[in-house]
Amino acid sequence: MAHFTKATSVHDWLNQRLGIDTVRRVMATEYWIPKNINFLWAMGMVLAITFALLLVSGIFLLMYYQPNVNTAFDSVNYTIMREVDFGWLWRHVHGVAASVVFLVIYIHMFTGIYYGSYKKGRELIWISGMLLFVTFSAEAFSGYMLPWGQMSYWAGMVITNLFSLGGLHADGLVEWIRGDYVPAQAFLNRFFMLHVLLLPLAIMGVIGLHFGALRIPHVNNQDGEELDFEAEAAKYKAGDKKHSKVIAFANDFMSKDMFVVGIFLIFFFYLVFFHYDFAMDPVNFDPADGLKTPAHIYPEWYFLWSYEILRPFSTNVGLMAFGFAQVIFFLLPFLDRSPNAVPASRRGLFFIWFWAMLIDMIVLTSMGKVPPIEPYGSIGFYAALTFIGLWIALPIITMLEKKA
Amino acid sequence: MKNGRRGFMGKAFGAVAGVGAVASLYAMKKSWDPLPSVRSAGFTTLDMSAYKENELVVEKWRGKPIFVLKKTAEMIAKQNEADKARDVLVNGEHYMVCIGLCTHLGCIPGYDPKGESFLCACHGGMYDFTGMVTKAPPPRGLDIPPFKIDGNKLVLGEEGPEYKKMKETGITL
Repeated sequence: MAHFTKATSVHDWLNQRLGIDTVRRVMATEYWIPKNINFLWAMGMVLAITFALLLVSGIFLLMYYQPNVNTAFDSVNYTIMREVDFGWLWRHVHGVAASVVFLVIYIHMFTGIYYGSYKKGRELIWISGMLLFVTFSAEAFSGYMLPWGQMSYWAGMVITNLFSLGGLHADGLVEWIRGDYVPAQAFLNRFFMLHVLLLPLAIMGVIGLHFGALRIPHVNNQDGEELDFEAEAAKYKAGDKKHSKVIAFANDFMSKDMFVVGIFLIFFFYLVFFHYDFAMDPVNFDPADGLKTPAHIYPEWYFLWSYEILRPFSTNVGLMAFGFAQVIFFLLPFLDRSPNAVPASRRGLFFIWFWAMLIDMIVLTSMGKVPPIEPYGSIGFYAALTFIGLWIALPIITMLEKKA
Repeated sequence: MKNGRRGFMGKAFGAVAGVGAVASLYAMKKSWDPLPSVRSAGFTTLDMSAYKENELVVEKWRGKPIFVLKKTAEMIAKQNEADKARDVLVNGEHYMVCIGLCTHLGCIPGYDPKGESFLCACHGGMYDFTGMVTKAPPPRGLDIPPFKIDGNKLVLGEEGPEYKKMKETGITL
């Protein structure tokens, strides 16, 4: 058994039992971050804070929400919005955060793509990040079901129908997922369970993996420079902070990180108080009606690009294209054949590929929102083909890339 | 000897855990199945004499919308053999009876009585008045629900000889 001495202070008492000094050293004061980074490196912290906002607002919503097809709509739109003091605040924080979290996820992803932060030992950071994207998507979708409005119902209908797998007619699988022939009580209850328990648990687990995957390869930097973290840390600890290329995670880096978070929060609460409507589709303020499809069904903005890849094709081809779009980002570290982990601006054709992909996804997003009429149908069709084409081209152009 | 015993204990635990895991997965799968009360959610009986020509009526069967369209003489004259095979004949009158969910992803198409056609707003699919596809993405015509003709009445959920024939000939799924 370990030897314990009479504690000299509360700190010492805790330190003997929990090793809090060691924890602090490992997690904060001797966890090294490169100096050569910019504000885009703060997106991880912005995401962590947004997740915390979702969790806290969700806890308050959970106290009044009723997962029943007869009462769900009113429990949200009447009880929470009109009766509960500050109920509107939790709902608008939750709705706006659910939307904004995807904006920040996309910025975080494209930052990683631009700076090549998925290569040279950082593959697992990318893959666990993509797992987070998928679990967040499932979390967003299941949460969207809960107010049981028209968009909830019909999005639930359309998305669960995807599991009939087109020509395979797996209707039994669809009915199994729903627990009914159409989305009804069993469906609402199980998506409620997924939204408030199983998926948040999975998300927290994968966040742990994401952070863990970051520890050994460390954070990338603006030049993709391979740093000798031990040597740089030694310089820092010896007092030569000026010439060391790294700083401590806390308090050095955290102070800047939290400054960016502060700016983000001002923008975030501006949306919550004055522009929450962008995250609240008017169609979803009609209660669910299984006998009336809304004139135009579209998902939330963050799913539009993949929806638009599904839409212009016939069912089976569309499903295959959609499936391709869902998994292909996972393979990025392996489809990029170039060993260069430098910013896209120094990688020739890849620089063009990066901007073409970003613009193509913006085009897909805007085409997904408009009704399926010409010329939008054709623009969407060619943008979807471009998306697939860019991924096919990626291994070729990166193989041709010269060593930077 | 010691390792042999430990190995045996490991394998024994593995066997117990394996049986338990398979049994739990089975229970979990079954718990997600539609409930018996949902499965037996009854039959819908329609009085077919009440419908007017070229006026779409949406009925409800197992929570799904059912399109009933009484065809006009003109429509019947326009139909080819494949169209006729989809007709539900009750007392000499021709009806289109279909599940009103787009076969693409399950939205409810809207009916335009002037154009005598259906348009699905979700992804732009179109059907004619017989329920056949005229514009992709839907992979097939509107599905026909199981039905049984009983005099003037149509019972949805029961499989009559006319429905069985449609199913055999692949007119509906």
